[in-house]
Amino acid sequence: MTKVGGQKDHPVPRAIFPNKVLPYLLLAPQLAITAIFFYWPASQALYQSMLREDPFGLSTQFVGLANFRHVLADPNYLHSFQVTIIFAVATAVFAMVPALYLAVMADKVVRGRGIYRTLLIWPYAVAPAIAGMLWLFLFNPSIGTIAVMLRSLGISWDPLLNGPQAMILVVAAAAWKQISYNFLFFVAGLQAIPKSLVEAASIDGAGETKRFWTIIFPLLAPTSFFLLVINTVYAFFDTFGIIHAVTGGGPGKATETLVYKVYNDGFVNLILGESAAQSVILMVIVIALTAVQFRYVERRVHYG
Amino acid sequence: MIDNRPSRRIIAHTVLLIGVFIIAFPIYYTFVASTHSLQTILRPPLPLIPGGHFLENYTTALFGGIGRIGGVGVDRLLWNSTIVAVLIAVGKIFISILSAYAVVFFRFPLRMTFFWLIFITLMLPVEVRILPTYKVMVDFGLIDTYAGLTLPLMASATATLLFRQFFMTIPGELVEAARVDGAGPWRFFKDILLPLSKTNIAALFVIQFIYGWTQYLWPLLVTNRNDMGTIVIALRKMISFADADTEWHLVMVTCILAILPPILVVVLMQRWFVRGLVETEK
Repeated sequence: MTKVGGQKDHPVPRAIFPNKVLPYLLLAPQLAITAIFFYWPASQALYQSMLREDPFGLSTQFVGLANFRHVLADPNYLHSFQVTIIFAVATAVFAMVPALYLAVMADKVVRGRGIYRTLLIWPYAVAPAIAGMLWLFLFNPSIGTIAVMLRSLGISWDPLLNGPQAMILVVAAAAWKQISYNFLFFVAGLQAIPKSLVEAASIDGAGETKRFWTIIFPLLAPTSFFLLVINTVYAFFDTFGIIHAVTGGGPGKATETLVYKVYNDGFVNLILGESAAQSVILMVIVIALTAVQFRYVERRVHYG
Repeated sequence: MIDNRPSRRIIAHTVLLIGVFIIAFPIYYTFVASTHSLQTILRPPLPLIPGGHFLENYTTALFGGIGRIGGVGVDRLLWNSTIVAVLIAVGKIFISILSAYAVVFFRFPLRMTFFWLIFITLMLPVEVRILPTYKVMVDFGLIDTYAGLTLPLMASATATLLFRQFFMTIPGELVEAARVDGAGPWRFFKDILLPLSKTNIAALFVIQFIYGWTQYLWPLLVTNRNDMGTIVIALRKMISFADADTEWHLVMVTCILAILPPILVVVLMQRWFVRGLVETEK
């Protein structure tokens, strides 16, 4: 996401074209698409979230905030919330820690850095749903090679029946896909750290581990924080494909994340009002996350 | 001097190689599977080296049509995905370079209001407003069309912000000089701004191409006909765990064909892509 808060406008009055109509024409395509496919549906979601429709779609009734009350009191929804948090935290940790470790290592090698980068960025191009299928193929209880190996080791592995194992599988696929993205950002972050700082610490006798925790890690904090937000948003929204393709929210409801539930309630179970209310709750979550992001961007401009 | 003993470098290389192995293994193994017969795949463990059914599997998948998805061939799916990804990338770049141009180089009433109206869309992914957007599609009759697959995904602010940020670094003297030389807004845009934006456009193209290619929820909703599906969606339809008749060898081929084009785009355009990614998102 781009810096917006930081540079409010151009400091010097910039040269501009005097034209009254042209700028509106230039803006028209984007505004039209934004209005039709963004503002209109978003306002509809808000409106629908306050309606209740009977199962046959024959009559609708304005119910105010009843849908929200109902959703937030629904144990299934709270369970889905919990699943999403566990999934998001686990995905962020397993996508960021290995990426950071690899980036630190890549920063050390002199030769072959470009080759490593080329080999590590592939998963960025893999669709989340396909990432899920690749992992499912390895861990599928009937034909997965690794699943067979696990069973021969005496581990009863069946992610299609065992909830926690299903969660492990989707987290692995989601994190695997995201490592390359995080890696690129950590590499860029490491390159921005002045070598003189690290050298000075080295001369003062700080060992490698100490240098990492006292110099490199704090200086990488802005990058890490940025990635934490991005990875959370990724785990909340972009992983729908993984869940849908690999577990379908199951077994039971063990991997039913919030976005999956919106889809399931809206398009499969056709509980429209509540699905809309869930959409609105998700919107609030994204806006909160973005706000956090921008507060931090603002601060980074001063200390960065 | 930072100690740079060979032992440390060896450790670094070892860790990186392990990383590359974990990253590459699922993809490599899928490729291996795509060259074996269905019988071999159904009797795990699968060998670690490619088998002899490469040509046979790939020809069947590409041109033979796949039963589970109504006999549509992978060639059709690849075509659909390419169209969708290119339309989304080009469409986004087109509409956002124009709006960024308007916001930066013109002064007009409501300028910042429009900018914020666009900017807010950055925050809300399509996932949180799927039902109403779907209804708009039905009302416009855009189900099972390329327009339906792409238009809603063009409404996003990322590209506009990138162009705006870049345009603001262009010195005012350049605009002055162009105006003194008698260049109007169109000449300035075409002869100065576009050539200067080449790198940004290339970077954005890669990022948005990948974004378009890897879409899942939206194509799942707006396509019913198998011959309008993207390759990612079709792949999901080809797999069934309930019954045993999933043609795994063809699934594997389709997997490989579905990830090859975006991987090629990323790897070949790596230089622009990495710079663009790190700069856009920061």
